Amino acid sequence: MKWLKDFITDFGWPRIIIALFLMALFIAAPFVGVKLGPSFTDVFNRFGQNAVMVLALVPMVQAGCGLNFGLPVGIVAGLLGALITMQIGLTGFTGFVVSIVFTVFFGSLFGWFYAALLNRVKGEEMTISMYIGFSIVMLFSILWLVLPFTKPTLVMGYAGEGLRRSISLENYWRHVLNDNALTIQIGSVIFPTGLILFVALCAFFMFIFMRTKTGTAMTAVGSNPDYARASGVSINKMRTSATIISTIFGGIGILVYQQSFGFVQVYDAPLFMAFPAISALLIGGASVNKASIVNVIIGTLLFQGMLTMTPSVINSMLQTDMSEVIRIIVSNGMIIYALTRKTKVAK
Amino acid sequence: MKSKEMTGKKIINFLSDNIVTIVFLVIAIIAIPFSKLSAQYIITNLVDRFARSAFLVFALILPILAGMGINFAMVLGATAGQIGLIFAIDHRIMGIQGLIYAALIGIPIAILLGWFSGLVLNKARGREMVTGFILGYFMDGIYQFFGLYLMGWIIPLSTAAVRQVRGYGVRNTLGLEPVRGALDKLINIPITIGTFSLNLPLGTFIVITLLGLFVVWFRKTKLGQDMRAVGQDQVVANAAGINVDRTRILAIIISTILACLGQIIFLQNMGNMFTYTSQRQAGFFAAAAILVGGASVTHAKIINVIVGVILVHLLYITMPLAGKEIFASAMIGQYMSDFINYGIISLSLVLYAWRNRRNAELARASLRGAPEGGK
Repeated sequence: MKWLKDFITDFGWPRIIIALFLMALFIAAPFVGVKLGPSFTDVFNRFGQNAVMVLALVPMVQAGCGLNFGLPVGIVAGLLGALITMQIGLTGFTGFVVSIVFTVFFGSLFGWFYAALLNRVKGEEMTISMYIGFSIVMLFSILWLVLPFTKPTLVMGYAGEGLRRSISLENYWRHVLNDNALTIQIGSVIFPTGLILFVALCAFFMFIFMRTKTGTAMTAVGSNPDYARASGVSINKMRTSATIISTIFGGIGILVYQQSFGFVQVYDAPLFMAFPAISALLIGGASVNKASIVNVIIGTLLFQGMLTMTPSVINSMLQTDMSEVIRIIVSNGMIIYALTRKTKVAK
Repeated sequence: MKSKEMTGKKIINFLSDNIVTIVFLVIAIIAIPFSKLSAQYIITNLVDRFARSAFLVFALILPILAGMGINFAMVLGATAGQIGLIFAIDHRIMGIQGLIYAALIGIPIAILLGWFSGLVLNKARGREMVTGFILGYFMDGIYQFFGLYLMGWIIPLSTAAVRQVRGYGVRNTLGLEPVRGALDKLINIPITIGTFSLNLPLGTFIVITLLGLFVVWFRKTKLGQDMRAVGQDQVVANAAGINVDRTRILAIIISTILACLGQIIFLQNMGNMFTYTSQRQAGFFAAAAILVGGASVTHAKIINVIVGVILVHLLYITMPLAGKEIFASAMIGQYMSDFINYGIISLSLVLYAWRNRRNAELARASLRGAPEGGK
């Protein structure tokens, strides 16, 4: 029994409960008339759609900056990249790749400023990053109205200026990863190979990066800043790199999300996008100062699985839509659980 | 020479301590002429809005005193107040009695929620603010479960206007006509000077003054002194025999109760309630106001509350219109005031953390001593 006890304390009750809940949902699904095939398709799609944004959180957690509630900084970089590419008129896979290039550029720029700020407020990163995220979304809401976008598909019809609230990617690069030659269909399950491969590529890049000299130094800074400084690692430099990488991946994450979702959503849409990503990472077993790629994959699968299954199963069972309430309680409950854990490594 | 230097330093210190307030004062002064609003309009609105929301902001003072930063978990108290109001409206209790009824239902709930959030925040030492913030969202889920599913199903709702059309759950917007302005109009003094006229909601101001006196008195009590000690250094306070955990929980409970009452006062002025979102605005507003008023995450006085409430409302009144005038777009004005709202809090949190670190580094530098004799 000891191994079971150890496993439970190690893995944490909330994760076990969520995993069991998800399992129960899948078992209950056929009995309440929810088809499993399309459900699996949905889970795979939503996993791919969100995983890169969750991945983006890893370097900052490892570098001791805590959970990046300021993910919207990266998200607006991604929006800017996508919109500029659309304005130029590039479509299809080329358009998607070019928007990534733009996103990397803006992400590095914004990330650098964001990092410079966070380096001055050590110890209060999480509260401040949350408000920085909110502020930048609102600042860019003003910019979306002011910036000189002219493409008729982008701007509001009657005024001819100011971006639409959600811009369709239909004639640009919608489903460029989800729906291509690589997609496999097994029975009623459609597996978006392209999307999953792209996520795997990002995860692989992150995996390799965290094992380079810079990545290891970053982890050292997060685990023990004094030790890192004593061994000649510049704390601020490492935190800056972590923040920039996180911001860039946040931007790429929103691009992946959009191409799957089919729309570019601007104005206040990105306001709360950091929260589901953070919940997913924590459900995957990460803590405030330790996160791994495995946490990202498990967490995104569990969290998105739950988000996909609760509406359909619970609705068929109870005839009411309680999924929103369950989502709020689970995702925020998970964040509180992580914040109240005693951190193993003293800061 | 020395005294001149001293005054110079004093001025710089004063500026750096009050930089947030000064920045927003300047913004407000610029925005007023652009908004093209009359003094009459601005002043009557300010008085009304001050009466509406000052009480809420007072709720943040004690946790700051106890070293727990901005108590973003005060939205739990606001939620309790809203639950009280739902019952008051449902049981059709009118006027000031309705507000008292709402408070009597709200306070026990607030105590329970405050105790809960105190426990949680004690487990999240060093990250109270972010935890409190998320706690607010978490509570939203519970509150929605309670309001949308349990109310009218397990807990009976007798008034049709409160129920959702489907038969159970509380409506998303609730008209508060029976208690609207009950406190504001209790003692209402119309003031007219020439063309200038103003309705002074004296009842509300008396309540706010009493609360201010309570805070002043409370700081001097044993418990208030304990809170300050805990806020300064938990280890020392513990060594001095103060029960640190209990003191911090009490600070949060009192804050939550005040937020509950504050939200009832706020909503009786507004006259209607967005059942599932009003509490969120309370938290955002109060945090912005107290920070703009010059409070930091460690120090807060009553004057900070007063200055902050006036200044933030001044910005709320003028900014959308000023934005409309400057950018020729009402939408920009709207986003502008949202941006300022979030920006206020970010800026003051950043400046606070910045100053804190600088002081810590200065203290460390002084320990190193004079740079003589090598290392």
